[in-house]
Amino acid sequence: MSDKDLEGAGSELAATTPDPVPDPGLPPHHWRPTDVDPKAERRAERQVAGWFLFSALCTISFIFSYFRFQVGDNWDTFLGLGASTLFLGLSLSGALLGIGIGIIQSARKLMSDQEIVEMRHPASSPEEDRKKVVEMLGLGIEEASIARRPLVRNSLLGAIALVGLAPIVMLRDLGPLPQDVNNAEEGLGLEHTVWREGMRVVTGVTGRPLRASDLQIGDLVNAAPEIEHADVGDWHQLHGHELLISKAKSALILLRMEPRDLTPWEGREDWDVEGIVAYSKICTHVGCPISLNERTTHNLLCPCHQTTFDLADNGKVIFGPGARALPQLPLAVDPEGFLVAQSDFTEPVGPSYWERDSK
Amino acid sequence: MLLLGLLLTGGLYASLAPASADETASTAELVEQGRELFITGCSTCHGENGEGVRNADGSNLGPSLVGVGAASAHFQLATGRMPAAGPAAQIPRKEPVYTADEIQALAAYIASLGPGPGSPTPEDYLLPDDLTDEERDEQIAIGAQIFWDNCTACHNFNGSGGAMPNGGEAVPINNREGQIIYEAMLTGPQTMDVFSDGNITPEEKRAVIAYLQSIEEQPEYGGFGMGSLGPVSDGLFVWVVGIGGLVLAATWIAAHSTRSKKDKKVEA
Repeated sequence: MSDKDLEGAGSELAATTPDPVPDPGLPPHHWRPTDVDPKAERRAERQVAGWFLFSALCTISFIFSYFRFQVGDNWDTFLGLGASTLFLGLSLSGALLGIGIGIIQSARKLMSDQEIVEMRHPASSPEEDRKKVVEMLGLGIEEASIARRPLVRNSLLGAIALVGLAPIVMLRDLGPLPQDVNNAEEGLGLEHTVWREGMRVVTGVTGRPLRASDLQIGDLVNAAPEIEHADVGDWHQLHGHELLISKAKSALILLRMEPRDLTPWEGREDWDVEGIVAYSKICTHVGCPISLNERTTHNLLCPCHQTTFDLADNGKVIFGPGARALPQLPLAVDPEGFLVAQSDFTEPVGPSYWERDSK
Repeated sequence: MLLLGLLLTGGLYASLAPASADETASTAELVEQGRELFITGCSTCHGENGEGVRNADGSNLGPSLVGVGAASAHFQLATGRMPAAGPAAQIPRKEPVYTADEIQALAAYIASLGPGPGSPTPEDYLLPDDLTDEERDEQIAIGAQIFWDNCTACHNFNGSGGAMPNGGEAVPINNREGQIIYEAMLTGPQTMDVFSDGNITPEEKRAVIAYLQSIEEQPEYGGFGMGSLGPVSDGLFVWVVGIGGLVLAATWIAAHSTRSKKDKKVEA
C-alpha cells in the first residue's frame, strides 16, 4: 500500500500527517486447500453439513430424553447418575456444540479469508451539517418559548420530578413497618420472639421437652420453643407463615458445660441451669443460623463470615465482623423438671437495624 | 432310665456350667489382657491407671480415661486415632494399630476404670430388620431432618466434612461404619460436641445412621458430585476445566490453519 493509495482513499489524516514508517503493505495471500481444490472444498462442505446434522440429531434426542426419562420420586438412572439430567445435558450441549463447530468449520474453510484494508474516516459529521443541527435546535427552543417563560419550564420540571415519586411511595406496600408489628404479647416484630416465661425448651426436629439431667457436659442441642410443636396454654400451635417467622427468630443453641467455665455478666448469674446455657442461633451480623461449635473452646463459629462467639463468656464476639454478642435466653426449670425460658430474649435477636437502639 | 437321666444331667452340666464359668473368667481375663496392653501402649500419656498425665505447665499430655467408657475407647482405637503419633491440634485418623481382639480387651479395661457409655451393639446402630419399606423410609426421613439440624453445620450437607477453626477438620462421615458414627455422637471425640442419649435418643441416632447409609446408595441425580464439597470444588472445576478448556480450544482453533502452496489463479 503506497502513499498514493492512501491519498486516493481520501483520508484527511493520511493527507495531513506524513507516515514516519513506510507501510510495508500486505504479505502475499496464501490460498487454503479448499480454495484451490474443488474436492477439498466439497469435503469441507460435507463436514460442515455433517456437524449441523449432528446438532439436529442431538436436539431430537433432547426432545426424546425429555419425554422418555422419569423424574421426581422414581427417577431413571444411568450408571448411577440421574438419566434425565444426564441425557438432557449431553444432548443439548451436543446440539449447541454441533452448531458452533459447524460455523467455525465453515468460517475457517469455506468463507473468504482474503485480507481487506478499509481506511479510517473522520468520525465527526461535516462542519456544515453540525452547524445546521445546532441552528434547528436553537430554533426549536425559541419557538417552544421555554427559555423565555421560566414559569412553564419550572412547573414542567416540577411535575416530572413528582411523577417519579409515585413508584417510590408504592414501595410502602412491601410490608408493614417494623414498629407497627412490634407486639411483645404475641412475640411479633423485630424486638420480640415467641419465647416467654415458662415456655419449654424442646428439641428442634422432634419437639421433645428436655430435662437438665438429659444432657451431659459437652452436649449441644439445636432447640426450639414448644409452641412450634404443640399447643401451649391458651396459645394455639404455630402453622404456616407464622411458624416460618417464629423459626427464623426463636431458634436456640443449647450447650451444657462445666458450671465453673461460665463467666456470666452482672445480672446473668442465674441465667444458666447447672451449666446449661441457651443462645439465639441467629448470627448478629447478617442473620445466618449458626451451630458450628467447638466443644473444647465453647467457640461458636458462623459459617457465613466466620464471626466467632464465646458461649462461655456471654456469647461475646471474639473474632469476625459481628458487632454484638449473641443474645442469651435466661433459662429456668419448671415444677416438672423441664427446661423453660425465664422470659423472652432481653434484646432483639439477629442483625442490627435502623430503629434498634445501640446498646 | 435312671442311668440315662443321670448321664443326661451330667452331660448337660458338663456342657453348660464350665461355659458360664468361662464367660466370667473371660471378662476378667479381657480386662487383665487390656491392662497389660494399656501399660505397654498407653500409660506414657494416660498414666499407669488411666488417670491422665499433666505436662510441667499444667496442660494435659493425655487426659484421664476414668469414665470415658468403652464407646470412647473403641472409637479412638478402631479409627486409629489412638495411639497418637504425637500431640497435635487434631489427632488424625489412620490404620488401627491394634487388632479387633486387642481393641476389645483395651475397651473392656477402660470401661472397668469407671462408669461411662458402653460400646453399641448392631441392634443399637442398625434399623431393625423387620421394618417394612415404608417404616424404613419414615425413619430415614426423620434421620435426615435430625442430620440437617445437628450435623450439617460442621460435617457438610452430604457428610463430606469441612474445615474447622485453628487448622481443625470436621471429618467426612459418609462411608463410615454405623458403630463408629454412633460412638462419635455418644462421646463427642476431640472438639466435637456430645449428642448424648438425652439429646438425640438411641432411636434417633439409628435413624441418622440409616439416613447417612441411604445417601451412599442414592444415585447422583444431578451428575457427578465431585466430592459433594459445595461451591469450592464445583467452582474449581468450572474455572480450571471449563474455562481452561475453552481457552485451549480457542487457541487450538486460531493456531491451526492449513495453507496451500498452490496459487488459485493458476487453477483458474
